[in-house]
Amino acid sequence: MEIAEELAKQQKAISVAEFFEKNRQILGFDSAPRALITCVKEAVDNSLDACEDAGILPDIFVQVKRSGDYYQVIVEDNGPGIVSDEIPRVFAKLLYGSRFHTLRQSRGQQGIGISAAVLYSQLTSGKPTKVISKIGPGRPARYCELMINTMKNEPEILKAEDVEWERPRGTRVEMEMEGSYVRSRRQSVFGSLKSAAIVNPHARITLVEPEGNVEVFERATEVLPKRAYAIQPHPAGIELGELIKLLRYTDKKKLRVFLKETFSSIGTISAQELCNLANLDPERHPADLNHDEAKRLLAAFKQIRVKSPPVDCLSPIGEELIKAGLEKEFRLDFIATTVRPVSVYSGNPFLVEVGLGFGGELEKESRVEILRFANRVPLVYQQGACAITHAVEGVSWKNYSLGQPTGSGVPVGPAVLLVHIASTNIPFTSESKDAVADVPEILSEIDLGLKEVARKLRRYLSRQSILSERREKEEIIRKILPRIAEKLSDILEKDEPDIGPVVAKIMGNLLVFRHVEMQNGLSAVKIEVKNHSDLTRSFKLHEVLRQEAVFVSPAAKVVAMGDVYDYHWKLSIGPGESATLCYSVRSDGASFADPVVEGLEAEIVTGARVI
Amino acid sequence: MEKNKITQERLLGLASDLYNQFQEGIVPHISLPSRTKGNIEYSTKDDVWVYGDQETRRSVKTVRGAKTLLKTVYLSELLIKEHLKNNRGSTLREIYYISENWDIAKFHEQAESDRLIEDLEIVTALQREDFHIRPEEDGAAVFGPLRLREQTRRGEREMHCQEDVGEAGYQIPFNVDNIQFLSHDAKMVMAIETGGMYARLIENGFDEEFGAILVHIKGQPARSTRRIIKRLNSELKLPVVVFTDGDPWSYRIFASIAYGAIKSAHLSEHLVTPSARFLGVQPSDIVEYNLSTDKLTDQDMQALRSELSDPRFNTPYWEKQIRLQMDLKKKAEQQAFAGKGLDFVTRKYLPDRLAEMGII
Repeated sequence: MEIAEELAKQQKAISVAEFFEKNRQILGFDSAPRALITCVKEAVDNSLDACEDAGILPDIFVQVKRSGDYYQVIVEDNGPGIVSDEIPRVFAKLLYGSRFHTLRQSRGQQGIGISAAVLYSQLTSGKPTKVISKIGPGRPARYCELMINTMKNEPEILKAEDVEWERPRGTRVEMEMEGSYVRSRRQSVFGSLKSAAIVNPHARITLVEPEGNVEVFERATEVLPKRAYAIQPHPAGIELGELIKLLRYTDKKKLRVFLKETFSSIGTISAQELCNLANLDPERHPADLNHDEAKRLLAAFKQIRVKSPPVDCLSPIGEELIKAGLEKEFRLDFIATTVRPVSVYSGNPFLVEVGLGFGGELEKESRVEILRFANRVPLVYQQGACAITHAVEGVSWKNYSLGQPTGSGVPVGPAVLLVHIASTNIPFTSESKDAVADVPEILSEIDLGLKEVARKLRRYLSRQSILSERREKEEIIRKILPRIAEKLSDILEKDEPDIGPVVAKIMGNLLVFRHVEMQNGLSAVKIEVKNHSDLTRSFKLHEVLRQEAVFVSPAAKVVAMGDVYDYHWKLSIGPGESATLCYSVRSDGASFADPVVEGLEAEIVTGARVI
Repeated sequence: MEKNKITQERLLGLASDLYNQFQEGIVPHISLPSRTKGNIEYSTKDDVWVYGDQETRRSVKTVRGAKTLLKTVYLSELLIKEHLKNNRGSTLREIYYISENWDIAKFHEQAESDRLIEDLEIVTALQREDFHIRPEEDGAAVFGPLRLREQTRRGEREMHCQEDVGEAGYQIPFNVDNIQFLSHDAKMVMAIETGGMYARLIENGFDEEFGAILVHIKGQPARSTRRIIKRLNSELKLPVVVFTDGDPWSYRIFASIAYGAIKSAHLSEHLVTPSARFLGVQPSDIVEYNLSTDKLTDQDMQALRSELSDPRFNTPYWEKQIRLQMDLKKKAEQQAFAGKGLDFVTRKYLPDRLAEMGII
């Protein structure tokens, strides 16, 4: 026998389940603390997806208990439930799912997550997974005990029966496994649920920890996220192999129909245009196209401008809920958010949302915390390998008032960043879904989003510094200057000096200052108006007198109002300039009210009443 | 007292300036020379280092400036109404505690009130003694053939600084201008850094043998110590030599006696003895007498480098000595002479060195 024939005898198919049994790190079960987090996360993701599909506000109960040497994980939801026949395959068959073949945003995609958790549980504890599910109030609940036959990748049902369950509908899964419960850091069951609560503000998540401590992540909104709809692939960025596969297996008989029906954003006109550009007969059978022709068609895709993919397939969190989510979990002084328009990579629509929280109780000297999310699922591990982190590191944060000691890298300061990528297909670096791959289109969208919120932060901070300057000046004026004036008058035994003119100067205000001098039975009045600001001030100045004035200069308008006269001047005074107004009245019975300024804000005028 | 009247007038003048600035609509401010190394220059008139033309301005435009002016006004009131009117006085530390009742004008630490008092000295061209403010530290001590009279609060006291004093010598009062020199039999004044060397010279009878008035300066000399050295020099026409350890920090002690201190350059004409000369320990003595030494630390090297750029050390003599020491990387204490015998310093080193300097 030839060697090759010998070898051929040993070759046999490997079951997916067997493969994962030996490569558990790929699915995120590489360490004891992490395995526990991953199991909880997979079960919670399934619950959130199911509730969203069914239009139910999720109410999820998570409990982690010690059970001898093992941990028991219980996750229970109020979702739509699973029909009895499907339960074994959903939980105990890898790569079984409803989402892999559709293009729409959901947390789960491949149908691996929960069954991998079941597999991990059975590998480490040897015990079956217990599931109860109920699909409606009038129906019985179904109880199953399941294991996976790893050789065949098929469920093994140890027990299945109808039982009583007090919930109207929902699903409960119970697994036992090796693990290790940590708290107090972000990479923990608590941290990952807290993050999940931020981007799922419509969900209530209750966590009961092993020592019995109960944490409730309360809802911030009663509004369900917009449902994501399934769409066709978008032509932008599709690859040749994918196109050839679509051409070969389509049931459409004509190329133009194929184009219109297979892709999103292509109508009759653009289908025709594509055929023209590729020099192909629109009536051809798609399956007949040869390699060269497919290549020409692909080239044509790149030449025409197709409208963006429909947004329906994505379910962004939205600026308001990002804000609500951040407010819920952090104490902050300022929050900026942005939602980028839908964009496309390799035919997959995606969009990026960014939130930035600043100040409050955040650490001033430590590195900024980055909350990463993909399709509303928090990414906890491998921060350094993720496109989100890389985009954050690429921004020059110093330009936006955050520290960045080495000129690049994660910024330092009292801030928290939230980045959410929503896509029909998130390009993860590995099956454990820890990090998003560095796809140029995605990197650039994150970069733009980060810079948008950073600009908002910079504007906020510069407004704050103007305000604090103003406050500082007010402190001088309200507390210190009057004290100095008082003390000086004590020491010198003179009247307190008028601090008005100095106040006007410090505040950059308009100063109105009236001198009165007695001459031959007349009071000669001189009003000096000085503009200490950097801007031209235009306004009216009124003097309300009980008698008519003489020697008025410059001329004023006079309006008699009952027994008083309103003298007013229209003035426009440039920065640093001043004007002098003079008039005289008889001294007997002359009394003066404050001059009145009309047309300016009260804060910028000193020495006059403002109307 | 005449002096009190002048002091009061100057302080009232300062208050009136601020008052008038308010009246004229000028943002109230005080201008002061800036007290940095870069702003001291040599005055050929008095042969001392004084502040240059660079000014800093305390104005009410900032909260800091406004608070400083408020404190200045409070302090002026205290000095006028409590100190001068009632002929009372306070120590620097007491002033800091008195401000406890000044609300937002309270000093945060004593360094702040000390500094403000120095500022007041500058703007009024007076000394803190004129404000009746005294330091906490004792003045240092004097031992030598000198008879003087001191005006104390309990009457006049006359004494001879060898015959009427104990082994520690005559304690210098904080206001040296209350002393009158009556007679002396001295040929020189020797300012000594350490107590050990001061006691050694007294024990060996150096003051009697060489007609030296010994002044123990106790580290960085207080104002009163510098003032008495200055007066001994200018009134009795005695040459002054300064005997310290041989390290960069001791050279600064010499500099503050002979050239003035950066912090108190406004008082240079009262406190500085420009003709004072550095006796030792010189870096060249380390080589010549093969003294036992310590290694220079990084801070010592740093201090030497800083002295090379200090205008007060900008002479060929100092340049040569400092560079020599930087090469040696060694320093020596005054007490190092004890290694050659207890009498070595008075029998050999000082006579040789003083002869070399042309003093004996």
